[in-house]
Amino acid sequence: RDFNERCAQCSEVNWGLTDGGRFYCRSCHNVTERTREVVNTDFISNTRVQTISKNLRKQEKNDKGCEWYVCEGFQLILKKQAEALEALGVCPQMKDEILCNFWRRYLQKSKQAYCNRPVGETVKALSVCDSSTDVDSEPETPSLLHFLSLSESEGDLQTDCSFASSASNMSASTSVCSGSVDGSLYLMKNQKEKLRMTMPMTLSLCYMALLWLREPMTLSDLLRFVVEGHIPYLNVFQHFPEKMKLCGLDLKIFYVESWPVYEEVYKKMLELAAFLDLPRFPDITDSCFLHPDMLCMKYLMEANLPDELHTWTCRVVKKICIGEADFLTLVPGNKSTRNVKYDVLAAAVIVVVLKLLFLLDDHYEWLLSDFAGERNKNNTEGGPYFEFKKWYKVIKCSLDVEQKKLDEERAKYLWRCEKPLFYSAKNKSKVLKRRQMVVNLQNQFGKLSGSVRPAEKPHPSSFQLSWAEENTDGNCFHGHSLKGILQEKRGLLTAMNPDYWLCTVKLCNEKLCGHLAHYREVDFPQSYHFVLRLFSFLLRIQPSSIHDEVCVIEHKLFNKKLCKKAKYNMVLRK
Amino acid sequence: SSREHKLNFKKSKEVCLSYIQDAMLRKQWKRAAEFLTSYIESLEKDFSREYMGPSEIIWRMGTEILCHHSHSSMKEFNSFIEQMKTLGVKRYLKVCLEHTFHLLCNGLVDEAYENLSLAESWRFGEQTAIQDKEMKLIQAYRGLLDYYSWSKQKNILLQHGQDGFEDLSVEQEMHSCFRKAAVNLKEIIKIPGVWDLFVKCYVDLLEFYGDHNEARQVLNEYAYNSKFPANPNAHVYLYQFLKRHGESKKSLISALKILHDIVPSHELMIDFNMMLQKSKKRKKRRLGLEVIFAALDYAGWKENVKAWSCLARQVKQIVISEKHLDWIKQEWNSRKDWWPTFHFSRYLAKRNWQENESLSYEKALVAGILLGKDCKYFKYISHQGCKAQMKRFRILKKFVNKHNPVYLRISG
Repeated sequence: RDFNERCAQCSEVNWGLTDGGRFYCRSCHNVTERTREVVNTDFISNTRVQTISKNLRKQEKNDKGCEWYVCEGFQLILKKQAEALEALGVCPQMKDEILCNFWRRYLQKSKQAYCNRPVGETVKALSVCDSSTDVDSEPETPSLLHFLSLSESEGDLQTDCSFASSASNMSASTSVCSGSVDGSLYLMKNQKEKLRMTMPMTLSLCYMALLWLREPMTLSDLLRFVVEGHIPYLNVFQHFPEKMKLCGLDLKIFYVESWPVYEEVYKKMLELAAFLDLPRFPDITDSCFLHPDMLCMKYLMEANLPDELHTWTCRVVKKICIGEADFLTLVPGNKSTRNVKYDVLAAAVIVVVLKLLFLLDDHYEWLLSDFAGERNKNNTEGGPYFEFKKWYKVIKCSLDVEQKKLDEERAKYLWRCEKPLFYSAKNKSKVLKRRQMVVNLQNQFGKLSGSVRPAEKPHPSSFQLSWAEENTDGNCFHGHSLKGILQEKRGLLTAMNPDYWLCTVKLCNEKLCGHLAHYREVDFPQSYHFVLRLFSFLLRIQPSSIHDEVCVIEHKLFNKKLCKKAKYNMVLRK
Repeated sequence: SSREHKLNFKKSKEVCLSYIQDAMLRKQWKRAAEFLTSYIESLEKDFSREYMGPSEIIWRMGTEILCHHSHSSMKEFNSFIEQMKTLGVKRYLKVCLEHTFHLLCNGLVDEAYENLSLAESWRFGEQTAIQDKEMKLIQAYRGLLDYYSWSKQKNILLQHGQDGFEDLSVEQEMHSCFRKAAVNLKEIIKIPGVWDLFVKCYVDLLEFYGDHNEARQVLNEYAYNSKFPANPNAHVYLYQFLKRHGESKKSLISALKILHDIVPSHELMIDFNMMLQKSKKRKKRRLGLEVIFAALDYAGWKENVKAWSCLARQVKQIVISEKHLDWIKQEWNSRKDWWPTFHFSRYLAKRNWQENESLSYEKALVAGILLGKDCKYFKYISHQGCKAQMKRFRILKKFVNKHNPVYLRISG
């Protein structure tokens, strides 16, 4: 209970309630005048006035609500996430079919449901996805459903809710440490083989479903939407129904205190795909959003670069064969091919093209820009020539502003949710008190903050930076021509820049140190770093990730030359 | 700025904290409040291993912001502090103390007193023993406030006395304030430390009630007990007390001796020098010379006419008596390299003459003796003075010319 004052007589904090509803000290039997205040616990649905004659234990049992399993919690979370994605424009099939089936498959494989004899635990009837269309509708992806039905388990998708529930002996002991029935078991067991579900993995699952459907949403887009709050992640458990109580170890499972990291989510997705024994995913062809040609177009627009660069990116993509369906499509479990991060790949291609055309060694690009500027003066017909300097100024300005905004938002971010959490019933009152104080203080200082915090989240958008072509202030470079930096040679337009520098001469062994290259800002030209920084901001990942991909592309592009030339010659002629 | 994409709660709050600090340094109180609102969340997380946890940070930052923010009121501040008191039991008394200071700074003496009384009655198991020091301070400050009450009553009494009527109740209250104050003040000054204000007040009380012995003892302890940190003020208080009670020159001099050692530039050095000059003992006069020279080493004394006149008088006296010229020589030895530029430059001569004729007179005398009649300073001043037909400058010129050989002996 919440009465924490010290007894006037004996200074102890050990209160009970008399029949008259007054507090009395259990140590010295000093009766106070304080009566039990109404404790606001919407949280506990079955509160009865507690008197000293009633059994405490029974009370707790009433408060406990229903028994629930961890995977039920995750199922709810996934449902919420899918709904949010649908609200963002993803096709309903994702939620109703794909994700649902992935999840079921997962439950099957990890022996949490849909199988005959789950190891160590009994399974209660699960409330599965509400929509019933999954079973009856014509599967648009016949391979998946067909494949699932061939699985060795005897669980029948049509009669899925028919397992008898038997009270588990373990629940009595585990319920003390967690609201869920199997919370402690969940964390304790060696789940290596079973790929235990975690919060970040829910996003992996979502992304996997998106990928299967080839939806126009990259992983970086997805994670950004999560951070911006459009997809429930951080405090999603507060949407659990009343009777599903969270405490103790559940918090370790469901309560997150960090934003999902791209690499981690991606890696888990690959693991999941292999774990679920999925077949080859639907092909990524050049009409798909995720194809480098498409994504490059998008990023070029967002980075305010000339549309004409697109031909160059396509050329690079073609040259190193990364536009092939076989290269781009995910084949789970295939360890020999390197898996593709579509967004990072596209960004890296653009970086390589910029290096091809502008060299980016902190000298040449500026000279070239001046040269283009000169040519621009005599340029009367057509659009203006693209000048790197001008572009740099505009982008740097915008990037700094946006980055600053982002940094501040991150610093101001409020992590706590409405629903307070306790590890145990013991510290509940303490937690509630703290929560009250925090709310008071926040009110007090919130009033002093001056500006009113905007209550709505920013409107979700696929583009973070946009440039209007109609603006006459010349800030939009989409329509600019590259002619200023190209020259005619044998009837073809080629870059004036004859040189290229490799980011690294030799690629590292990814298995040994986890990276293909090691990026340090000081080792590279500032223009290069700037470009990396730009895409790093757009994708919300570290510059080094893009740098790694750039190294790989370069090595593919200059493969022959690398093999031929001596290793110490860094600058190659095209 | 943080480019970290791997962001977790702890890191996020660290960054938030740096934004608060930045805003506070720039006196952007609204912005600081904004970020503090977000930082307050950390109270719900356990940071018990950190050196300075969020609760302490929030207390200190919040106090600063509320002090400076234009929209904040005393009422808001009080409510904030009350919450802070419940936040950390280990800091309870410290928060009470600082709250008191804040109230006092805003002139809310009665509230401050109430606050202290409340804090004094606080008990919390073993924490009471741990926070013993803070408790002593609380009692001491309450004693101080009792003293101020006493002082007010005393003034009322005196006023009434003048007006011709007595007031028993005021008198009684005054005495009770005295008792309360005396007890606490006496306690705190027992502990080695710097308690200037408390000592002064306590001595004032004792003197009023005629307990001079106790007062002297207290001051002696304060000044001479080696456990206490070296404190020039202690000696000043003692000296002033002794002077008030007409003590002998000998005791006055011994009181100031240590002060000279600690703070050679103290303003009382003039008094000290004057007493020493007049002494019959040679050693004392010697010391006097040392004292005045030492004082004038400091830039703050450069234009102090009184100091220069003391030095001038003593130097003149020595020169006339033709005894103890070696004293001057000794003192001048370490100063002859830099005093000329420091005190006797041509620029200073002009300025001194323009601004303060008496100053230039005294200085010129000293310069003339120490640097000879041909030194820039003396030449300029005496020339100006004679031009202005001021008698004393003519006398000065003659005097210095007469005793020029002295200069040669000093400088040699």
